Amino acid sequence: MRKLIIKAIKPAPVWRPGKTRDLLLRLMPLALLLLLWQWLSPMAGARALPSPLAVLSVMGAEARSGRLLFALAVTLARVAASFALAMVLGTVLGIAMGRNKTIDRLFDPLLVVLLNLPALVVIVLAYIWIGLNEAAAIGAVALNKLPNTAVTLREGTRALDKNLDEMARVFCLPGGAKLRHVVLPQLVPYLAAAMRTGLSLVWKIVLIVELLGRSNGVGFEIGTAFQLFDVARLLAYALPFVGLMLTIEALIVQPFERHISRWRPHAA
Amino acid sequence: MRLEVAIVRKALRTAAGQTRDILHGVSFSLRQGEICACLGPSGCGKTTLLRIIAGLDADFEGTLVLPEGYRTGMVFQEPRLLPWRSVAQNLRLVGGSSGNDLDEIVAALQLSRHLDHFPGELSLGLARRVAIARAFAVRPDLLLLDEPFVSLDAALASRLREELLALVLKRKTSALIVTHDIEEAITIADRIIVLSAAPGRLVAERTIETPRDALTRAHIAKLKDTILSVMTASGA
Repeated sequence: MRKLIIKAIKPAPVWRPGKTRDLLLRLMPLALLLLLWQWLSPMAGARALPSPLAVLSVMGAEARSGRLLFALAVTLARVAASFALAMVLGTVLGIAMGRNKTIDRLFDPLLVVLLNLPALVVIVLAYIWIGLNEAAAIGAVALNKLPNTAVTLREGTRALDKNLDEMARVFCLPGGAKLRHVVLPQLVPYLAAAMRTGLSLVWKIVLIVELLGRSNGVGFEIGTAFQLFDVARLLAYALPFVGLMLTIEALIVQPFERHISRWRPHAA
Repeated sequence: MRLEVAIVRKALRTAAGQTRDILHGVSFSLRQGEICACLGPSGCGKTTLLRIIAGLDADFEGTLVLPEGYRTGMVFQEPRLLPWRSVAQNLRLVGGSSGNDLDEIVAALQLSRHLDHFPGELSLGLARRVAIARAFAVRPDLLLLDEPFVSLDAALASRLREELLALVLKRKTSALIVTHDIEEAITIADRIIVLSAAPGRLVAERTIETPRDALTRAHIAKLKDTILSVMTASGA
């Protein structure tokens, strides 16, 4: 009799460059940029483009006085609040629009308007109508990000696998279990995409909101530096914040993505 | 568990706006613990019939009588496992926390070594076995199987058929199995229904009186000939 051999296909080990090599590759462009900056600085003049060391010393002074840390914390709090608001509302709206044609028809024109409305218009109107306060600032930023999240999640909801939905129906999966095990895992790539673009969009708009109508935060400090034409101070506030966002991306967003896509064989 | 199917007509609206009949006059019933095999040419509406009975398609003329609170287990043509859940999670998700039963099913289908794997790491044959285990795991009153043993090698298919029989006999489950394989239908079923070419009509219904363990090669060959002649006569 023929002998039957059945075994699971083990995932082949994925080739990856060494961790140190990976890190070096990532750091090289940054190092080149730094060199270029150092080289250009004398040509442009210390006022237009102060050298990296000059910026670092301003950064140190601002850090010692506590102003830098305070500005970073305030801005980060605004980013977190408006990001969370936009993600939650956008996700709920997107799923509702993907599932229900009436809701989709009702909100679609609104989304198109919001998607094409310049951020500045939303921000100025929010300040005029609601007032120069925190609610207006965070609301305006969230409103800028919300349509993008909703559109992404609507696509995700439309792409839900009908076969798996039928399977859940035949096996009478309760609503909660179906959401957790069948629907959400399919929406995860869309959520991750919305998060990625969301974080970068939100922090950029937060700076503008702070510049226009807040009296603290990185955006406000940059506004002050602009009025004084103080490029060193401008960079001393901007660069640490960029660094902070990169760290959040590397330490929170990327590990989260890796964790939720671990079931994919050969995930890159 | 007793199932009464009386489908007068099932039509499908095509994209061009026309209606096309898929099923036309298919009536039969299924007693508790009975295994019924459904034979018919490709595209005659066998899968549609299963979907109607599974409650996935309510858009038909006719009636379907099912007892209250019955549990359905279904094996689709494709495994339809959740790719982001391990084999064990896929089984537990539908089977609840029925520990002992689940262990038994896993052992019977020889899946114990694969419980921690994700479906994407399994061969199609293994994934099919998991799908069968899942249908068993809900401890179903009604089992619907859509060509469950296709693309499995003969030895494995015959072992899975035996597992299916054991389960059905033990739990008094009723089963409806769609298949292309006439011999499979004869060896596994108590009754065979034959559908014509599209639109599917019920052209023959045959009870197999000989007990399964008394079936000889000669019996099978004779039954196969009769069924084949019915199918040829109906244009199948």
